[in-house]
Amino acid sequence: MTRTTKLALAALLSSTVLATPAAMAQTETHPETGETLAEDQTFTYRMLDDVSSLDPQIVEDVNGSDIVRNLFEGLMNQAADGTLVPGVATDYEVSDDNLTYTFTLRDDAVWSNGDPVTAGDFVFAWRRAAAPETASPYQWFVELMSIENAAAIIAGDMEPEELGVRAVDDKTFEVTLSTPLPYFPQMTTHSTTFPAPQSVIEEHGASWTQPENMVSNGAYTLSEFNPGERIVLERNENYWDNENTILDRVVALIINDENVALTRYQAGELDRTEVPAGQFPRLKEEYPEEAVSFPRLCNYYYTFNLSESGPEAFKDPNVRKALALAIDRDIITENVKAGGEPPAYTFTPEAVAGFTPPTTEMAEMTQAERDEMARELLAEAGYGEDNPLSFDMIYNTSESHEKIAVVMSQMWKQKLGVQANLANMEWKVFLDTRGQQDFEMARGAWCGDYNEASTFLDLLQSDSGYNDGKYANEEYDALLAEAKTAEDTSPLYTEAEQIIAEDMPVIPIYHYAGVYMLDSDVGNWPVDNVEQNWYAKDLYKIAE
Amino acid sequence: MFFYTLRRLLVAVPTILLLVVAAFFMIQVAPGGPFTSERPLPPEVLANIEAQYGLDQPLWKQLFDYFYNIVVHFDFGPSFVQKDRNVNEIIANGFPISLTYGTLSFLAATLVGVTLGIAAAIRHNSWIDYAAVSLGIAAQALPNFIMGPILILTFTLWLGWLPGGGWNGGQWEYLIMPVIALATSYMGSIARITRSSMLEVMNANFVRTARAKGLPSRTIIWRHAMKPTLLPVISYLGPVFVYVLTGSVFVDLYFSTGGLGQDFVNSALTRDYAVLLGVTILYGALTVIVNLLTDLAYAWFDPKIRY
Repeated sequence: MTRTTKLALAALLSSTVLATPAAMAQTETHPETGETLAEDQTFTYRMLDDVSSLDPQIVEDVNGSDIVRNLFEGLMNQAADGTLVPGVATDYEVSDDNLTYTFTLRDDAVWSNGDPVTAGDFVFAWRRAAAPETASPYQWFVELMSIENAAAIIAGDMEPEELGVRAVDDKTFEVTLSTPLPYFPQMTTHSTTFPAPQSVIEEHGASWTQPENMVSNGAYTLSEFNPGERIVLERNENYWDNENTILDRVVALIINDENVALTRYQAGELDRTEVPAGQFPRLKEEYPEEAVSFPRLCNYYYTFNLSESGPEAFKDPNVRKALALAIDRDIITENVKAGGEPPAYTFTPEAVAGFTPPTTEMAEMTQAERDEMARELLAEAGYGEDNPLSFDMIYNTSESHEKIAVVMSQMWKQKLGVQANLANMEWKVFLDTRGQQDFEMARGAWCGDYNEASTFLDLLQSDSGYNDGKYANEEYDALLAEAKTAEDTSPLYTEAEQIIAEDMPVIPIYHYAGVYMLDSDVGNWPVDNVEQNWYAKDLYKIAE
Repeated sequence: MFFYTLRRLLVAVPTILLLVVAAFFMIQVAPGGPFTSERPLPPEVLANIEAQYGLDQPLWKQLFDYFYNIVVHFDFGPSFVQKDRNVNEIIANGFPISLTYGTLSFLAATLVGVTLGIAAAIRHNSWIDYAAVSLGIAAQALPNFIMGPILILTFTLWLGWLPGGGWNGGQWEYLIMPVIALATSYMGSIARITRSSMLEVMNANFVRTARAKGLPSRTIIWRHAMKPTLLPVISYLGPVFVYVLTGSVFVDLYFSTGGLGQDFVNSALTRDYAVLLGVTILYGALTVIVNLLTDLAYAWFDPKIRY
């Protein structure tokens, strides 16, 4: 061996030795926070059930939407706090009459097969969502967005081509609304509005969502889909912002039993799972860093049947108020749920954006005062020891719903001498019974479709499909109709909430919290996004 | 034997047909439908969806179309709930999984159960007998929904040896817990039946004659006692095989195997009519076939039945 070779070898060795850690260190810190990143950038989470679909226009469940949101990208995205940030569209303009929105699409947006994402892809997708033959359960969302002619297309009176959407050119997408809708841009983060690859769908039909066929435009592509077991997403190298995407893989494991999921989380198989009801305090003590709770955009309530078939007693607002007053919500939130859920005195959760629900009279009273008032109101309505109030209440089968119903009935029994007969029902039977007003009092819950108070308040409008109690108040309806186009909706929504507090067509019990076990090595989980619309491209794994 | 088989097969066809028709109408009786949802769909949207799936047709027409598509195209229809998939795909995906760990559980239960039972009977009233009987009774008292949590807590959380669920293409470490959970209680029953049957046979006249003839124990057990011992076991094994395949619902849900039991339960809960019917037909056909095989095995083992 000559001297030069030796030297060269030594140099080579030392450079490899030096270069490796340097190169690793370079790839291993987060560009903004400076945290050291884990080598394995895989995020694994628990999913309760199979997805309804991976087709953006057809998917209807939360699990499926989470996957679809990572596979596809719509016009706008949400930041970690839920505010709007550009997605495929870099920006948009609104016409003076607030009826025409023009979105400018970014030049470098491409599908995972390399084709550019064009305005035509959005036109195709939106028409497809409204077309009767797509049979999407989210057809109504297109109508909710107030897009011109949507209703007529869904009813089959017009062709999908007449929908108020247009590709001005490849990178300019124009939408025409039938009535102004202040929160329209927010709705473009919903999966129904994501673009769809026309050629792929035409080639493969319904099986275009299989891993071997699917072409998507989001930060990830579908690599594995084993129904009932797992769904795996891999980084999309063609994604326009791939450079800034840190997470390489997303794995969703379907685990039906929440206690099994918790065990598997504890065994280190999962990075995120839901905390079973009542277990949060114990877990918070054991894993203070990992047990997290934050407000969500959902409510939990009981509705009175105010229709013809409902009991006579509930027609009296005093009875409804008395029953609402006598429930000590703190006991339910602190002892039964125990996951940091806020007690509810308004229908709209406080977590909602752009509106602070009013503090109602009931919220300001102590529980003793509420109980006193409840007794007075009930006596005023003519119910007491010699004329006891009795009714049936139904809920869908679940351990947690049952506990809450039992606690509620006990409170009524002890404080007011009211007899509530509980009955649980299997989910579909429950929906069917409630939908046909074949009940006296029934459980209800709602998670916002978009982050604006109307997603809740609209439910109690007299013609709302979800108004199973058949509450009808013209003043209330008028307020919400006015809010659709109002500059400042807050006073209108406040008034609407006050009407609910006075009429009490429903008894709000609590507002949901997201109660998770979240591994402390998961970076940037959007705890401030009350809709829990999370984007894997914004997450990262920190080295432990 | 041939005509016996043929006759049995001919009876099977109307049985399955009757099952399908009964299931078809019973599903419709259950309140709610596949598209009943938290937010009721607007009527025109519901109409579009029902038209797409042919649910707007009269029931007799739906039933006719259903049979027509099966007979002519071998197409069991689309799933109403898992909208990207059809029933053929769902069964093709889930059944091999159920079949794999079901068969393994069946084999494990049979091999261990029969061995334990025979060992106990041969060494009647010895410590082997007592140990085997205790083990059998303990196993029988541990149905899969008790075994599941015990296994996961032990092997996943405490020892950290095995993944707590999933399938991952059927790798062995994913198979162990589902197989044990499913096999244990059947293994206990098989051991008990084998033991008592063997004891009875060993006291029978023909065994005493064989002993008197001076035949060695081994020959007596293997050549003479084994066949009659296994007859009651076989009649028990037939239904067990069907149970491990169809009754694996809990194991599927608990261990997230992706097997067909999951689809069976979920389709009933979500009113996914087509999937529920498809799986019912499969399970029905399976029951008929396994019963037939059991009877044939029985006939082969016991000439009294054949003639």
